[in-house]
Amino acid sequence: MSKPKVATTSLAGCFGCHMSLLDIDERILELVELIDFDKSPIDDIKTFSNRCAVGLVEGGCCNEENVHVLQEFRKHCDVLISFGDCATMGGIPAMRNNIPLTECFDEAYRSGLTVYNPDNIVPNDPELPLLLDKVYPAHEVVKMDYFLPGCPPSADTLWAVLTALLTNQPVELPYELLKYD
Amino acid sequence: MAEKLTITIDGVEVQAQPGQTILDAADGAGIYIPRLCAHPDLKPIGSCRVCTVIVDGRPQAACVKPVADGMTIENNTPELLEHRRNLIDMMFVEGNHFCMFCEKSGNCELQALAYRFGISAPQYPFQFPAKDVDASHPDVMLDHNRCIMCARCVRASQELDGKNVFQSIGRGFERKIGVNGERDLADTDMDVKDRAADICPVGCIIKKRVGFEIPVGERKYDHKPIGSEIEEGEYV
Amino acid sequence: MGDAMKIEQICKSFNNDRTRLMDIVRTIQETFGYVPPEHYELIAREANTHRVEVESVVSFYSFLSDRKQGGVVLRLCNDIIDRFKGADAVAEAFEKELGISMGETTPDGLFTLEWTACIGMSDQAPAALANDTVLTHLTPEKVPGILEALRKNPDPQALVAECGDGGNADPLVKAMVQNNICERGEVLLADNDPEAGLRKAMEKTPEEVIADMKESGLRGRGGAGFLAGLKWEFTRNAKGDGKYILCNADEGEPGTFKDRVLLTERADLMIEGMTVAAYCIGAETGIVYLRAEYAYLRALLEEVLNRRRAAGLLGNSICGRDGFNFDIRIQMGAGAYVCGEESSLISSCEGTRGDPGDRPPFPAIAGYKVAPTAVNNVETYCCAARVMDKGPVWFENIGTEHSSGTKMLSICGDCERPGIYELPFGVTVAELLEKVGAENAAAVQIGGPSGQMLDRSQYGRAISFEDLPTGGSIMVFGRQRDLLEVVDAFMEFFVDESCGYCVPCRVGNVLLRNRLERIRNGKGIPEDLAYLEKLGISTRRMSRCGLGQTSPNPILSTLENFRPIYNALVREDRSGLAKSFDVLRAVEPACELTGRRSVIFHA
Repeated sequence: MSKPKVATTSLAGCFGCHMSLLDIDERILELVELIDFDKSPIDDIKTFSNRCAVGLVEGGCCNEENVHVLQEFRKHCDVLISFGDCATMGGIPAMRNNIPLTECFDEAYRSGLTVYNPDNIVPNDPELPLLLDKVYPAHEVVKMDYFLPGCPPSADTLWAVLTALLTNQPVELPYELLKYD
Repeated sequence: MAEKLTITIDGVEVQAQPGQTILDAADGAGIYIPRLCAHPDLKPIGSCRVCTVIVDGRPQAACVKPVADGMTIENNTPELLEHRRNLIDMMFVEGNHFCMFCEKSGNCELQALAYRFGISAPQYPFQFPAKDVDASHPDVMLDHNRCIMCARCVRASQELDGKNVFQSIGRGFERKIGVNGERDLADTDMDVKDRAADICPVGCIIKKRVGFEIPVGERKYDHKPIGSEIEEGEYV
Repeated sequence: MGDAMKIEQICKSFNNDRTRLMDIVRTIQETFGYVPPEHYELIAREANTHRVEVESVVSFYSFLSDRKQGGVVLRLCNDIIDRFKGADAVAEAFEKELGISMGETTPDGLFTLEWTACIGMSDQAPAALANDTVLTHLTPEKVPGILEALRKNPDPQALVAECGDGGNADPLVKAMVQNNICERGEVLLADNDPEAGLRKAMEKTPEEVIADMKESGLRGRGGAGFLAGLKWEFTRNAKGDGKYILCNADEGEPGTFKDRVLLTERADLMIEGMTVAAYCIGAETGIVYLRAEYAYLRALLEEVLNRRRAAGLLGNSICGRDGFNFDIRIQMGAGAYVCGEESSLISSCEGTRGDPGDRPPFPAIAGYKVAPTAVNNVETYCCAARVMDKGPVWFENIGTEHSSGTKMLSICGDCERPGIYELPFGVTVAELLEKVGAENAAAVQIGGPSGQMLDRSQYGRAISFEDLPTGGSIMVFGRQRDLLEVVDAFMEFFVDESCGYCVPCRVGNVLLRNRLERIRNGKGIPEDLAYLEKLGISTRRMSRCGLGQTSPNPILSTLENFRPIYNALVREDRSGLAKSFDVLRAVEPACELTGRRSVIFHA
């Protein structure tokens, strides 16, 4: 029997949650006994090659590409996990949620204290994904099955959840592993 | 008063004194009733409603309801746990609670309640309201993003500090804590030594330059759920 | 005279008394067109309170403003009955003619345009207030004329060309309001013998009066239905001097207007009832808390009080009885539904924001200024005077077993004869509908937004405390109405009127309304109905006062009685994509800013 597949992605996140995943240290050897990674920055597979048992989603959606990737994850994964505070509640990127987009652009490209932009150029390449009006937690865009808060969730937390899921155990976090920071 | 009353909380008989609130009586008996706005040094006001119990069939806030002999009280029931969880969720989504960079994290009573209830994410949509940060005061900061309108600061200033630095203004969802000054906290007689400066259950009122002093792992709620001290009988 | 001096004078006219802060800021608002924040400090100093307390009061009441308002403030009633009768078109006409949006003031400072909650004119909707003057039966066509007249003469009273019937035509009222009394019952609207109740009460001992009141079975007409005699007994027996009699004339439940008619036609009876209460409780001071929307009745009520003082019916030694001293003042409200809740009403009378208080202690033990206080509704006091006159048995024999007497019902909406019906308790909804000419009603809302919405199968039910309690509001909806639009308007009302003190009411109502909106927009899934139900029940069970305990009712009662409407709007979705998320809408601002379209989603 082939091993279950796991996909991961970082949307509007900082990759910190992925770093935390790597923090499981030598247990990663146990993990690869249990699973294969599919689409993930860890193995640099860009598109889904198989149906996946689990998708780990870091970050919420701040732009159209995030939405697209998240929807793809929903289509290809049996179980989707909001992985970290940004996926769960928007996180740091969501601090812009009550600031109009124009002001965000101005601050970032024109008037910010550390901005040097003599030509007053606001990047607008067609390759650049369009920003959303605000940053959406993952579950506001697609249905998410589990939430792992934390910034990032600790390696132990991740390990506990992944092993529970992959061994068909109920996902229950002990008190010390449920943290929002 | 030597006279004692008996109340029953979830089937357990508890001795109480006349004039005590249900919350106090439960605390004395080592039974934890979750609460947020209540504070042992302040008059209770029953605003968060988290301590709601069912008294002889009717919901009542345990922090304000005085005991009466023979009262039958439900506390730890599935119905109440669900309602309380819903209240905690409401407080998370009505404000902007960015625990990841909040100085209060690990010592925050709202966060601790959520941990105790095993909440991995609130079930309601985040409202992301626009709220102000008042950093005008040299020693104390007021971050309205984190306020849960418990009015502990209002009461502490009045009852413990003999001042009147805070009061609720506005109404409904727009209700907020106002300050007794022309514009902001710097215009008031707030002092960092005021009890009102360290009585906030969340990170709305925080002292400057002392954030993150306690390392992760040693903070109040890192290892033990809120309420443990009551359940272990260490609470006086 | 400088502004500061004017403010000092106003504060002085209320004895620099912090408990009169409501009157102080109301008077300042009348004088300046707003309560100037730059003078909060001064007001606080003069009224012996704190700056933030002044801000707290001004920011709480919707008729008070910290921004300069127009000389004429036009407040359009936004309850659903007014909406269905065309309030939106009237609002649009005002906006167009004035060149401003709702909530704004014209640059020339002449007009402010606002929405306001129900002003108690649902039987003559759409209606509005121009300052204190009531404008009824508005149409978009009337708007230019109204504004032209106001530009020539800024006194809105001049808009009243023809007065309404009865007390509405009194020189002190001169309102275009109609009483619309459609059916007079034998208790309140029948002819009565003036002061007979008070005279007969004074022939008995206070204890005997209370015994009569209890025997009559008179229950509070405001909604909760507590036995008035019992409340009076508690207040009488409570320890403390300087007891108070408060009359709740703050009927704010949308669709209610029965107290308006009692205040217009039966003010004497109401005050007689308060005087009877004072007699048996031993109170020397009474307060009538009059909602700001009924300010046009204030002069009439003051006149009634003066007349009674002159006739020895108020003041010292009432009816010549030594030691029976009782007088009444009118406390104006300032636009807050929650102040109809008795503890909020007391807070408001004490000059603070109208946050409800905790019970216990009940007002009977510690109410206004912590003294024993009896708070009853206008109608209750009127009934009490009649009980004294005609006897408890007479009263008890009217109505049903647990609901004695008649009930003033204000019926409005999709019916031929909206108005006031005073009917014995026990009347069925079907009988009501026949009387008002609405036999084909698709739904009837009993008790206003905080009550329940009934479907046709329940029209056999009876108006009574044991079956369908109501403060008096009955709204009829025809088949053409979108009932969820009604529910949405009710939820909007509660969101606006929540005081925000407790979490479930402050947040729960907002969340309920948002989810309802999602469902109405066709973005709902079946799980959303369970969400509404659970959230509604938590809000109901956990809220601190009656507002939050009843605010989910519009949703909960329609989920129960009109489930198919909801079911038709929600669709199961197995895609796993959140139906409520609209990516094209989410990228809209960015498309505008960048001048690009989404390469992914704009296929």
